[in-house]
Amino acid sequence: MTEVSDHNAFQQKEARYSPEGSFGWERVKYDPDDYGPVSDWAKDFDHADPAYNPQAPNIWKDLRESGCPVAHSERYGGVWAPLTHELVTEVAYDTDNFSSRNVVVSTSRPGDLAQPAPIGAAPPITSDPPFHAIARRIMLAPFAPKQIDPWEDEVRSLCRNLLDELGDIKPGESIIDAATDYAQHIPVNVIGRMLGFPAEDEALFRGFVHSTLETINQPRDVRMDGFEKLAEYINKQVVDHVDNPRDDLTSYMLNAEVEGNQLSPEHVTGSIILLLIAGVDTTWSAIGSALLHLAENASDRQRLVEEPDVMTFAVEEFLRSYAPVTMARMVTKDQDFHGCPMKKDDWVLLPFPAANLDPEAFDDADSFVIDREENRHAAFGLGIHRCLGSNLARLELRIAIEEFIARFPNFELSGEAEWSVGQIRGPRVIPVRVLEVTS
Amino acid sequence: MRVQLDVDKCQGHNRCYVLAPELFDVDDLGQAILIVEGDLDPGLEGKARLAASNCPEYAITTTD
Ligand code: HEM
Ligand code: SF4
Repeated sequence: MTEVSDHNAFQQKEARYSPEGSFGWERVKYDPDDYGPVSDWAKDFDHADPAYNPQAPNIWKDLRESGCPVAHSERYGGVWAPLTHELVTEVAYDTDNFSSRNVVVSTSRPGDLAQPAPIGAAPPITSDPPFHAIARRIMLAPFAPKQIDPWEDEVRSLCRNLLDELGDIKPGESIIDAATDYAQHIPVNVIGRMLGFPAEDEALFRGFVHSTLETINQPRDVRMDGFEKLAEYINKQVVDHVDNPRDDLTSYMLNAEVEGNQLSPEHVTGSIILLLIAGVDTTWSAIGSALLHLAENASDRQRLVEEPDVMTFAVEEFLRSYAPVTMARMVTKDQDFHGCPMKKDDWVLLPFPAANLDPEAFDDADSFVIDREENRHAAFGLGIHRCLGSNLARLELRIAIEEFIARFPNFELSGEAEWSVGQIRGPRVIPVRVLEVTS
Repeated sequence: MRVQLDVDKCQGHNRCYVLAPELFDVDDLGQAILIVEGDLDPGLEGKARLAASNCPEYAITTTD
């Protein structure tokens, strides 16, 4: 029997490092084999069906146009998926009725013994008010714009090195995988440097993170083994920072205080794992989607090469059109939500990517408009959980694209792209034929 | 034209500071700060509109 959670590396890791993973969580009676592939997206919605991510924009459009603004399914013990910008906003803002105690839909959910909201397993992402603000505050300062902007040169040289490492590229012949040869390596290396992990460990650290987050088709025990190695490695780095404090994010967190108490090394290890889970696959997906778009749309690629100033708007349009992150909430009490009979502990998905393509909220929502001036997209969420890493993610996305097109001003898709499965949506394979190289 | 910032709605998406640094700054936690008062220099009206129309939380408004 395969577990549906096997589709989603993101949720596996979360369940494991949280105390709830082993204690107090009840399995929902749910066997994906009872359901099989989705045939009716309105009544049997499943975001983890492998058919979902490749065609998600069409699914959302069809549902909205057929008068179904909230899709539903009995899978996972009950899931709702509001698909309009207005309804996604309403759920995101309503932290009383929709709790963040678990933000990843899975086959288990918190029972009565589990760590209660408002704290949750991985603060602040799993916290509700009032605790959320306390947990979030510690991490706001190191991710504020003025702390992140100075990383530009470092991110740029990282991207250039990755392009150098591709080796000898012959225009018109060489085929690279823009997802795994390039985009995948950027976020993990950037966060490793911010955390102050040894430069010579880069490949090692990257290996641990990837074997944890991205080997979604491996058997469960293989992945868990990888996860333990990662936690062990991070722990070692944290302990080293306790002994030898320095000017980096790890030492910052070890010195930070919550209500007068310093964070324990275990808390810091947990926060680092949250940063990896929240920041690596997400940013990889955003960079990959942008490069895939440029491989398929020559005029947009050319515009960026010729008019670099368009990038400010282009980055936001990539984020709007290909938002990678769908979050989830748990319903706190039985209620009627615009005619939907929601039950306590049902899941509600927050498909920010669907909200971003809602024609009620955006002019010409289905079109990619590279210099779209008015763009209130919700790729980084809405309300109190606004992505803490958004300034860093934007920096990485912009520089990753700038450096790629500076090196390869012309390239095209040379095969089928393959998409991720689960709540983080992005291409995992992007075969690209390089047509022009600048030296 | 005048521009207003509702600090309770602001969640630090930081779009305003990028698009209109003449009008907005950000504090150490990444929350926006409005740095102009009263009637705007006409040359900055476009920037004010741009910031308002890109704030995901609808925290920025303009009045004529
Ligand atoms: C393009 C890349 C990214 C996207 C699209 C993205 C998206 C999101 C979204 C939608 C949320 C809201 C969660 C919710 O409402 O439940 C969120 C929260 C969060 N993100 Fe990101 N993220 C990205 C990159 C990053 C990076 C690079 C980091 C850090 C290194 C990061 C750290 C976080 C954290 C810590 C939270 C929790 C904030 C809170 O609950 O207060 N993210 N992200
Ligand atoms: S764009 Fe809006 S939410 Fe973002 S910092 Fe400015 S005012 Fe705040």
